[in-house]
Amino acid sequence: MSSNSGTSTPSATPGSPGVVSVRRGFLSGHGWGEVIGVAPFLIFAVLFLVVPTLYLAYGAFVGRDGQFTLQNIIDLGTPQIINSFWISIRVSAASAILGALIGLILALAIIRGRLPSGIRSAVMTFSGVASNFAGIPLAFAFLSTLGRLGLVTVILKTVFAFDIYRAGFNLLSFWGLTLTYCYFQIPLMVLIIAPAIDGLRKEWTEAAETLGATRFQFWRYVGLPILWPNLLGTLSLLFANAFGAIATAYALTGSSLNIVPILLYAQIRGDVLQNPGLGAALALGMILITAVANVIYLVIRTRAERWLK
Amino acid sequence: MADHFLRLENLVKAFGANTVVKNVSLAFEKGEFISLLGPSGCGKTTILRMIAGFERPTSGQILVEGKDISPLPPNQRKIGMVFQAYALFPNMSVEDNVGFGLRIAGVPADERRARVEEMLKLIGLPGYGKRFPFEMSGGQQQRVALARALAPKPRMLLLDEPLSALDAKIRVSLRQEIRAIQRDLGITTVFVTHDQEEALSISDRIVVLSAGNVEQFGAPFEIYNKPATKFVATFVGQINTLKATVADAATKTVTLDGQKAVVPALPATARNGDSVALTLRPEAIVLANGTPRDIVFEGDVSDVAFLGSVIRLKVKLGENAIELDTFNDQRTPPPALNQKVQITLSGADVFVLGD
Amino acid sequence: MKRSKTWAWVVFILGALYFIVPLLATVQFSLSIRRGTLSLDAYTNVIQSPQFQQTFSYSLIVGAAAIVVGLFIVVPAAYFVRLRAPQLRPVIEFVTLLPLIIPPIILVFGYIRMYNSSSILPLTNSALGTDILLTLAYVALALPYMYRAVDTGLRTIDVQTLTEAANILGANTVTILLRVIFPNIIVAVLSGAFLTLAIVIGEFTIASLLNRPAFGVYMQNVGANRAYEPAALAVISFVITWGAMGMIQLLARFAPKTAIRTD
Repeated sequence: MSSNSGTSTPSATPGSPGVVSVRRGFLSGHGWGEVIGVAPFLIFAVLFLVVPTLYLAYGAFVGRDGQFTLQNIIDLGTPQIINSFWISIRVSAASAILGALIGLILALAIIRGRLPSGIRSAVMTFSGVASNFAGIPLAFAFLSTLGRLGLVTVILKTVFAFDIYRAGFNLLSFWGLTLTYCYFQIPLMVLIIAPAIDGLRKEWTEAAETLGATRFQFWRYVGLPILWPNLLGTLSLLFANAFGAIATAYALTGSSLNIVPILLYAQIRGDVLQNPGLGAALALGMILITAVANVIYLVIRTRAERWLK
Repeated sequence: MADHFLRLENLVKAFGANTVVKNVSLAFEKGEFISLLGPSGCGKTTILRMIAGFERPTSGQILVEGKDISPLPPNQRKIGMVFQAYALFPNMSVEDNVGFGLRIAGVPADERRARVEEMLKLIGLPGYGKRFPFEMSGGQQQRVALARALAPKPRMLLLDEPLSALDAKIRVSLRQEIRAIQRDLGITTVFVTHDQEEALSISDRIVVLSAGNVEQFGAPFEIYNKPATKFVATFVGQINTLKATVADAATKTVTLDGQKAVVPALPATARNGDSVALTLRPEAIVLANGTPRDIVFEGDVSDVAFLGSVIRLKVKLGENAIELDTFNDQRTPPPALNQKVQITLSGADVFVLGD
Repeated sequence: MKRSKTWAWVVFILGALYFIVPLLATVQFSLSIRRGTLSLDAYTNVIQSPQFQQTFSYSLIVGAAAIVVGLFIVVPAAYFVRLRAPQLRPVIEFVTLLPLIIPPIILVFGYIRMYNSSSILPLTNSALGTDILLTLAYVALALPYMYRAVDTGLRTIDVQTLTEAANILGANTVTILLRVIFPNIIVAVLSGAFLTLAIVIGEFTIASLLNRPAFGVYMQNVGANRAYEPAALAVISFVITWGAMGMIQLLARFAPKTAIRTD
């Protein structure tokens, strides 16, 4: 019910039909009372959200001598840093794609699979919690499961005589981290895609059936095309989500898997790069990547909603 | 028996303990426009969905041209369906929507295009091919849905309350369009609605349903003028009820406010002194004005409303208040309040109804 | 139809396995500190250790502070936006998106740079200052969830009418907020509070980089040095998080139903 009006159209104040107020400008007509109410919020946002980030980004362009420079950005081109970004991109992409795929299939199963109704709400509730699971406890949980002494590792070894570590698996590795990340990526996907799947109205399936389509044809021509923007957008969101995560990786792989957040962490802690400006440049790189990925998600989502009026 | 186009035999549908369709048997001919009419919950949509294949009958058969189609899934029945919520595929343009069934059937692209154009012309939206559903009004979307259903030349057309989501004016014009197209193509059509005016105006025959049972099946004229049950009489059109007392069951005489009249029939259980309801269509009761019919009553005018070409009167007759209309006569003023008037009706117009 | 049902069951069961097995494994691991038998020794070791108690209470206090500050910031803003300044809504909603877009590590890095000894607000100079910074960082992290919870609560109780009624009876804005609005959105507020708590208890990155003795830092420490105790900590952490979420679900049942609307 909000409207950005700077015009002088008389309009009813929302929630009270019949009360007419003339809005002439952004603040005119409003007392200081309203602004006071929102002030703490905005002040906080500026001081503790917007400015620190911008300040940090700005710091990327400041050299050791305090002058404006592009050197930090150029210095990002070292093999160590490029490698770090590359690993981050690969882990984030892998966990995003896996999370999106598995999450989609899981969501389809609980929503359209005609399972008992309790299952859907149980899964959704679980997903609500699990999607916030990233962090140290998650790493511990997976160590207890697939670590060298983990429950599943031991069971596979003793009961099925299959030593996964001998076969080349290692939890403390790229794929181990990806697998762990899926624990919060999959629920996040389920949460976000569920409303979109709900939006696939029953009548579309029935209409397609009366026109002769098989299930597969329905999904191919109608279902997936409708979901596609949402899928892409959420993929982007999952990517950003994984890219910015650190605690789980830190607890799991320590510094052995050099993703960007870990590199940044080391830099903040102990200036391992010997160059504060470079740290800021690193942060700038991270901000840009996550910001772009998030914006893609938001843009796609708003456009997809227009379709499905 | 094998020449009926669509036959429903002893169709029953139960959802758990709730039997929604109770042993329905009907036969429709090719090219007919049939309406399934009834209040919500009467089973009409369930019957339609069983014909389409979205619900499996608990027992009974559905035969199209003599063959039982119950084992067939919906996508093999070659039936076109139009839904209440239009159900156009939002990701496809109008021409892709309309051509969908043809594409599934493997019809080559240029043949498809020609057929789609033909259909768009039929529904009065030529040139709308590239538009998308969200750019169109409800009425337009529903017409596209109709074109989409008809494009693959189905052998039957099913419509599930297609006009309920539209506003009143569009409803009337669109229902006439649908009927015209149906006549043009000669396609057997089953139309579900709860609006009796809709059903009466466009159907060849109407099935009136209540609580899972068929109350009556016949042409609109028959349903309206010869209702088989009280439900049909009250659901279709209006009725006027006159409360009278049985004076002599043997001669079928009743008294109303002290006045005697002979009716064509009384319920079998009527005893002298019982009260009985005479049900008729409102237009069957008129002012006598010198041309009385076989039953005449005298009553007092309790209200007069001059509506211009029509004068609406309320006449008090014993405990009854009868509303009747009479045309304006430029030379005769309307009756005054409390004036005694003679109202007349024909015994043949009285409905004899079981409860 | 039957075919799709089996496929759905298979997917569901596989998914359930993937999500439940790690939880079970953690519990089992946490009970296996003593060879050959199940014991709660890992738990007792952990709970009795002074660092556990110190860091846990520290995090609780910081969490409580974050909740209070968060409410102080969010409730008036949500109230005024809904009531009198709806044109600010897009701005507010954009702000609530920021913590979801800015990774926490970036946020804390920015804080360290901005509020260090050479800035106007040298918060990092003192322990108390850094504690404040930590609290504010958590307020930022929880902001989207806190705002959404409070906003939903306000939507349900027809704020406009309540305010007008209170106004006519002579109350001023502060009184209205404290005595009329707040008590009626308690359920929503508690939801936001529990969520904040869940976020704060396990948080590692910010606390570690700000060098504060928080529970998350302690957990990581234990993980680096012990074998079985980390699993016990993970279980404790899960129980707290799930407990908090469970409370939120419970509270949702006590939430006031939508008021009669006149528009």
